[in-house]
Amino acid sequence: MIKVEGLGKSFKVAKRTEGLRQSVRSLFHREYTTVQALKDISFSIEPGEIVGYIGPNGAGKSTTIKIMSGILVPDQGSCSIMGYTPWKERVAYVKNIGVVFGQRSQLWWDVPVIDSFELLRDIYKVAPQDYKQNVELLVETLHLQDILYSPVRQLSLGQRMRCEIAASLIHSPQILFLDEPTIGLDAVSKLAVRQFIKTINKEKGITVILTTHDMNDIEALANRVILIGRGSLLFDGNLNELRSKFGTQKTIVADYQQNVNPIQIPNASIVSWTPERAILNVDTNKAVISEVITQLSDQLELIDVSIEGKPIEEIVLQLYKEYQI
Amino acid sequence: MNLYFKYFRMLLNSQMQYRASFWLLCIGQFFTPFVMFAGMYFLFERFGQIKGWDFFEVALCFAVIHMAFSICECLARGFDSFSNLVIKGEFDRILVRPRSTVLQILGSNIEFTRVGRLMQSAIVLIWAVRNIAVDWDFFKLTTLFFMVTGGVFIFTGIFILAAAMCFWTVQGLEVANVFTDGGKEMAQYPLNIYQKWIIRFFTYVIPFGCVNYLPLLYILGKSNGGSDLLYMMMPAAGILFILPCLAVWHFGVRHYRSTGS
Amino acid sequence: MKTYYSVLRLRLKIGLQYRTAAWAGIATQFFFGIIQIMVFEAFYQHSAHTPPISLKELITYLWLQQAFLAFIMLWFRDNELFNLITSGNIAYELCRPAGIYGYWFARLLSQRLSSAFLRCFPILLIAFCIPEPHRMTLPPSWTSFVLFLSALVLGLLVLVAISMFIYISVFVTMSPAGSTLIFAVVGEFFSGIIIPIPLMPEWLQKVTGWLPFHLTADFPFRVYSGHIPPPEAAMGVLAQIIWLVLLVGTGMFALKKVLRRVVVQGG
Repeated sequence: MIKVEGLGKSFKVAKRTEGLRQSVRSLFHREYTTVQALKDISFSIEPGEIVGYIGPNGAGKSTTIKIMSGILVPDQGSCSIMGYTPWKERVAYVKNIGVVFGQRSQLWWDVPVIDSFELLRDIYKVAPQDYKQNVELLVETLHLQDILYSPVRQLSLGQRMRCEIAASLIHSPQILFLDEPTIGLDAVSKLAVRQFIKTINKEKGITVILTTHDMNDIEALANRVILIGRGSLLFDGNLNELRSKFGTQKTIVADYQQNVNPIQIPNASIVSWTPERAILNVDTNKAVISEVITQLSDQLELIDVSIEGKPIEEIVLQLYKEYQI
Repeated sequence: MNLYFKYFRMLLNSQMQYRASFWLLCIGQFFTPFVMFAGMYFLFERFGQIKGWDFFEVALCFAVIHMAFSICECLARGFDSFSNLVIKGEFDRILVRPRSTVLQILGSNIEFTRVGRLMQSAIVLIWAVRNIAVDWDFFKLTTLFFMVTGGVFIFTGIFILAAAMCFWTVQGLEVANVFTDGGKEMAQYPLNIYQKWIIRFFTYVIPFGCVNYLPLLYILGKSNGGSDLLYMMMPAAGILFILPCLAVWHFGVRHYRSTGS
Repeated sequence: MKTYYSVLRLRLKIGLQYRTAAWAGIATQFFFGIIQIMVFEAFYQHSAHTPPISLKELITYLWLQQAFLAFIMLWFRDNELFNLITSGNIAYELCRPAGIYGYWFARLLSQRLSSAFLRCFPILLIAFCIPEPHRMTLPPSWTSFVLFLSALVLGLLVLVAISMFIYISVFVTMSPAGSTLIFAVVGEFFSGIIIPIPLMPEWLQKVTGWLPFHLTADFPFRVYSGHIPPPEAAMGVLAQIIWLVLLVGTGMFALKKVLRRVVVQGG
C-alpha cells in the first residue's frame, strides 16, 4: 500500500545573528547553511497496519509525513502510495488520506462542530448517504453526541481532538496520518483517543501512521515502530523486537528471610543489597534469567521474586543516547 | 462556486458571534474613506479644480476605485491575510485537501465589515453620477460597472502577488501596500495629474489607468476623437491582469512544496 | 529607567532582524510621499488664490510626515497587549513590579522609537537628495530646528499618551481592531495626515486647535519649515506640555478604573 524508497530532503536555513552590530550587517548580507532533513529513508507499509513513527524533535518525522501527504516534494527517492506519487497528483491523491496535525486545528473556532463537518463534506464532495452514515458512526464511536452542536471554542482539548480525528475521517480515507494526536491531552482523553484509533483500524481497516513522543501511545497502538534520528532510519520492526534487541537489561528484585552474608551471583550486578532485599541487574545476552534465580534460591530463602524489563520509554531514550540523536 | 458560498455562510456565522466588534468595525470602515473624501472635498473647496478636473469628476474616480477596493478587501481577504495562514502552518492543511488552493484561500477569510466601506463609496458614486455633467446611457453605465469590476480584479491580483511573496519571505510584505493602498490612494485622482513615469507604470504594468482614467475619459466625452469602443473595452485589461498573478501564485506554491518554508 | 532602556534595545534588535521589512517600509513610504506631493502640486498649479502654506513648505511637511510616520500614526498596534487584555491574562501583568501605565507607556514608546529610528534616516536622506522641485529643504534657522526637535519629542509623548487610550478602551469594547480603527480615523484626520491643517477650512482649523491631535504631527512639522515662527512655536511647546500632563493624568486614572473592574470580575 505504501512504498517509500530512498527518500531524501534537505533545507537551506539562514544563519541566526547575534548582537546589534551583526544584525546591522545582516541587513545587507546573510549566510545560509544546508540541513539534511532526510537521508535515504526506505520502508513499506501494508494495508491495515498501525505504524508508530518515532524519533526526537527535529529528526525528520514531520518532513516524512509532509512528503507522504503530498505537501512537500522530496529531493531524492520515490514514494508510491496506493499507486499515487503524493506530490505529483496532489488533488487526486489527497482524497484518499486523512491528516491530523495535533497542534493545529482544522475545525472552525466560532461555529458548531457539525458545521465544520458539513463544510468538509462539501470540500471532499462526499455523497449525502455516505456522509450521514459516516457521521453517525463517528458520533457513536467517539461519543460526540453532546458536543456536536457546541462551538469549538467551548470544547476541552480532549473533546476537540476527538472532533479533529472525526473530521479527518468524514471522507472515509484509507490512510490516516496522525501527527502527535495525543499532545497535551489528559490521561482520560488519551485513552479515549487511543481506543478510537484502534477501533477504526480494526473495523474500517484504515492504515494508520502516527508520530508521537508518548511511548504509551505506541505501546497501546502500534505493532510496528519506525525509529528515525537525524534524518536516517534507525530501526524498523515490531515492538517486541525492539525490546528484545535493546531492552536486554532486566531488573530482579528478591525478598528473602534475613541473611547477613552478601550474595555472590556471577553474570549479574548487584544494584543494592540489604539483609532482607536485593536488587540485581541482569543482561539477558550474558546470562539466563532462570539460572540467576536458581542461584538466588540456592543461596537464600526466597520469599518473593519479581522480574522487570525496562519500560519502552527508557529503551527509546537509551537509543536516542546511543545514536547520539 | 457552491463551495465558496458554503465558506461565505460559515464565515458570516463566525463573525456574527462577535456582534459588538462587528458593528464597531463596520462603522470604522465607513469613516475611513469618508475622512479621505472629506479631505478631498475641502481641497476642492479651496482650490476649485485639479488640472482641469472638477469635483464631481474626481469624486467619480474616487468612488470607482474605493468600491473596487472594498469589494476586493471583503472577498479576497484570504489572500490579504495569507501571511498569517503561512506563519501558523495552516497552508499545509490546504494542501492536503482535494480542492484548488485559490478557492480554499478565498474561502479562508471574508471580511464582511468592509461593507461599511462599500456603503460609503456607493453613496459617493451615486452622488457623483447624479451631479456630473454627463448624459448617462446604457453604454456609459455598463462601462462604469466594468470599471468597478476591473478594479476588483486588479486589487485581487495584487493581493495574490503579495500572498505568493509569503512563500519566500513573510517580511517586507509592506511593499505590497505600494500597490494596494498606494494604488488606491493614487487612482482616486485622475491619472494625468501625475508625472509620466507614474502614469506609464500604472497603465502598462499595473493597469489602474485602464479601469479608471481611460474609460472615464470616454464617459466624460474627453476622449478627443479616440475610438469610444477602445476606451470602453479598457477595463478588460484589469480583468486580464489577474492571469499572470495566478501564474506567479502557482509558481509560489511549487516553491513552497519544494522548500517547505 | 534601566528596564525601559533594555526594552528599547531589545525592540531595536528585533526590528533589525527584519531587514527585508525595513527596506520594504522605506520604499513604501517614499512612494506614498511622492504621490501625495504630486497631488498637491497639481492642485497648486492652477490655484486662483495664494494658498496659506507655500508648496515648498508643504513638500517638506509631507516628507517629514513620511519620515516620522511611526511618531504620528495611531494604527500602530501592539497585538500582544491586546491579547493580554482580551484573553484576561492581564492578571500576570499586574504582578510586575513596575506600574502598569508606565510599563505600557515605555513599551509603546520604544516600539515607535525603534521603528522610526530604522526608517527616518534613509527617507530623510532620499528626500534631501532627490531633484528639485520635490527636494526637502533645511529649516530656516537654528532656533526653528531646536524648537522642532523638542516639539517632535513632546509630540511623540503626546501621541503615545493618546494611544494609551486605545488600549484602555479595549477593556470596554473588547474589540482591538474596532477601537484602533475608530481612534485612527478620528485622530489622523485631526492631526492633519489626511490633508494638512493649513489647507482645511477656517472653521475646521479652529476645531483642530482645540484637540490635542495636531500637536503630534502638524505642529512639529510646521515649526521645522518655519511656517510657525519661533515665538509662536514656543507657545505651542508649552501647550504640548500641558496636554501631556493632562492626558497622562486622565490615562492613569482611567486605567486604574478599568483594571479595578477586571480584578473585581476575577478577569
